[in-house]
Amino acid sequence: MANAVAEGRDLRVSPRWRDAQKRRERWIARLLLLAGLVSVLTTVGIVLTLTVDTVQFFQQVSLWEFLTDDKWTPLFTPKHFGILPLLNGTFLVAVGSALVAVPLGLGSAIYLSEYASDRVRRVVKPLLEILAGIPTVVYGYFALTYITPLLRRYIENLEVFNALSACIAVGVMIIPTVSSLSEDAMVAVPRSLREAAYALGATRLEVALKVVVPAAFSGIVAAIILAVSRAVGESMIVALAAGSTPKLTLNPLESIQTMTGFIVQVSQGDVGYGTVEYYSIYAVGMALFLVTLAMNLFARWVVRRYQEGVRA
Amino acid sequence: MGNAFEIRNLNVYYGQHQVLYDVNMNIRERAVTAIIGPSGCGKSTLLRCLNRMHDLQPGVRVTGEVRFKGRNIYDDDVDPMEIRYRIGMVFQKPNPFPKSIFENVAFGPRINGYRGNLNELVERCLRQAALWDEVKDRLHASALSLSGGQQQRLCLARALAVEPEVILMDEPASALDPISTAKLEDLILELKSRYTIVLVTHNMQQAGRVADETAFFLNGRLIEMGPTREMFANPREKKTEEYLTGRFG
Amino acid sequence: MTGEWQRRRRVRQRLDRIFAAVFLLAIALSLLTLVVLLWDVVRDGARWLRWEFLTSYPSRIPERAGILVPLVGSLWVIGLTALIALPLGVAAAVYLEFYAGDSWLSRLIEANIANLAGVPSIVYGLLGLAIFVRGLHLGRSVLAAALTMTLLVLPVIIVATREALRSVPVSLIHGAYALGATRWQVIRTVVLPTAAGSIMTGVILAISRALGETAPMITIGAWAFITFLPRHPLDGFSVLPIQIFNWAARPQPAFQQLAAAGIVVLLAVLLSLNAVAIWLRNKYQKKAEW
Repeated sequence: MANAVAEGRDLRVSPRWRDAQKRRERWIARLLLLAGLVSVLTTVGIVLTLTVDTVQFFQQVSLWEFLTDDKWTPLFTPKHFGILPLLNGTFLVAVGSALVAVPLGLGSAIYLSEYASDRVRRVVKPLLEILAGIPTVVYGYFALTYITPLLRRYIENLEVFNALSACIAVGVMIIPTVSSLSEDAMVAVPRSLREAAYALGATRLEVALKVVVPAAFSGIVAAIILAVSRAVGESMIVALAAGSTPKLTLNPLESIQTMTGFIVQVSQGDVGYGTVEYYSIYAVGMALFLVTLAMNLFARWVVRRYQEGVRA
Repeated sequence: MGNAFEIRNLNVYYGQHQVLYDVNMNIRERAVTAIIGPSGCGKSTLLRCLNRMHDLQPGVRVTGEVRFKGRNIYDDDVDPMEIRYRIGMVFQKPNPFPKSIFENVAFGPRINGYRGNLNELVERCLRQAALWDEVKDRLHASALSLSGGQQQRLCLARALAVEPEVILMDEPASALDPISTAKLEDLILELKSRYTIVLVTHNMQQAGRVADETAFFLNGRLIEMGPTREMFANPREKKTEEYLTGRFG
Repeated sequence: MTGEWQRRRRVRQRLDRIFAAVFLLAIALSLLTLVVLLWDVVRDGARWLRWEFLTSYPSRIPERAGILVPLVGSLWVIGLTALIALPLGVAAAVYLEFYAGDSWLSRLIEANIANLAGVPSIVYGLLGLAIFVRGLHLGRSVLAAALTMTLLVLPVIIVATREALRSVPVSLIHGAYALGATRWQVIRTVVLPTAAGSIMTGVILAISRALGETAPMITIGAWAFITFLPRHPLDGFSVLPIQIFNWAARPQPAFQQLAAAGIVVLLAVLLSLNAVAIWLRNKYQKKAEW
């Protein structure tokens, strides 16, 4: 009786059809997994290519020279391969741009999170995000043709190519990274904490600086680290505005070169495959990769520690 | 008449938390069985055990047996797609796909490789769901343009289109107005000559109007089950009586 | 005592107002920079923004130079990138949302995506140079550039797509399963069509990032001076940002103005892409509310 009902229907699915369907499902799952693995392959690819060509580089240049020589002149004779001047340039730009982006970005974040009405926030946030969406080559042009001439009117000994203009332009570019990530952290601070402080008669400023910022501190730190790591990896602004003279200096008025700036410089020219100059961009790329990776991992570690703190 | 389901020693856990305790019951074929009880008693959980919808929720563990036509649907070699295809479901809130009315009904047949005349099948199902006259001129309009009650009947038509043997309904009228609810109840009474219907409801009057059998659940346990009229008139258990007379719930 | 307290309260309130202005100034300064930047670019480039600029080939004489080749090159690269990155990114997102569960493999993939998003774009250029240009012998071609850009934008596309997939109501997904649909059928017939609008928005925004990327293009060796249009994925090419960089780096003011005009074109293309993305988002949101 029970099966008679089932058999009377015209819509029975044949077992063969079901089997084919199951096979198809398995294949699709495999294909999708493959697409997911592309990201893993990309990481492996990055690490492998950087490593292979860096090893080639170190067969011609000693690691000792790379780490201690205070000159980087792979394109002239005598050739020197000390990465310190490039690290110095990158460091200068990272610190300089942070000096621009941290006050402006944090100020914006505090205003948006503690002072602004919803309407203002809805208008201003996307406008700030535009700063992060403008191509870096545009900032480079702006630094070279607007910021530098403007500064040279007031600073006499500023060179045409200088770290200062690059710092300002990079700093402006990373403002949204600082502001939106720190604002996220501030908005996540529980209302009850704010209300407790207001109930004690605190002003908005006191709530912002004494309650919200400390509570969101690790999120803000992570935002700044991520922003600086973007500054470290930025290429076009420094290539256009900061010059191409790697040197050990902390004077932002001089021409310098960063790690990224060097890679761009070499890539523009006709450097033959297999030469030491060719391998040198991979050695520098490896250094750049390791520095930014360390910063990103550190930022994520800070955030994770913070989240665990909240749960506990 | 035989049993559509025989449920044996069924326990369900959400993580560490047990929500159904040792349920044993039979669900009769081609009859309406209502499952009633206060919210949180596990009635929806039980319903979702009958077509293995819990497979989709991580962290849910089911032990015991649910025999459908004599076969335990939790056996390893049972294909949950096959089960869900033979056991239709109508959800608490109408959930038509954001497609046309026609495509909603044709969805099940299409994915199950139906080769017959789709137009006829769609019309037949819409007629069975008492929706045909209202939508026959706009079959290709979006299903989201229908009213709530129409949407729910469309979902019923969609379930009927794969010609299931059982229809599970999870509080299908809870989001509907009284007129739509009455229409849906009439439909249930019509459909029971051809389908086994299991109806979860928090509305005792509804159970009284449409159900041949009723099972009362409380705190994850089956308290009492029997022919609806008998149980409503003469509950064997004190708890059932208290619930039916509105002392809690 | 009370007088002292009131005095201090007045100071505190004044400080509050001052700092409100200071914080607002931070925003104002940031946005002012944006305005000055745009104004500067348009002013510098205005002289060259004529129809011939869009339709001319490059030239060593500024008056004859045009942006046609890099403009077409950019469209080629982002078009091809979209073609490759869209299916790959959506497939990866679908895998992570519907197939992976909470396995070590899915955690590995997720950690990778998070890390890749922080890798400087120039490093992708080094990867593209080693793998696509040299390893696969694609040369300095449109295809090599598109593959490099695909790897660059993939993390962004995956993250955006996952968000779009998560916004599909569970009730629809369960509704499809309850009809006996397999996992892939549920995804193909219900999830992807429902999420298509926001997936496309995310993809377009990611692709527009690729449009402005300069460093990886220089690294894989896009040509600064090229006098033909690509007709084939294996043809050589130039792109807008490279042309801009090349012009901006020259000392003559005329070329720098050309760079500004090129920037205006680049920003116009970017803006149109973003407008399409916003239009898609609004259209999709309206449908969802309905």
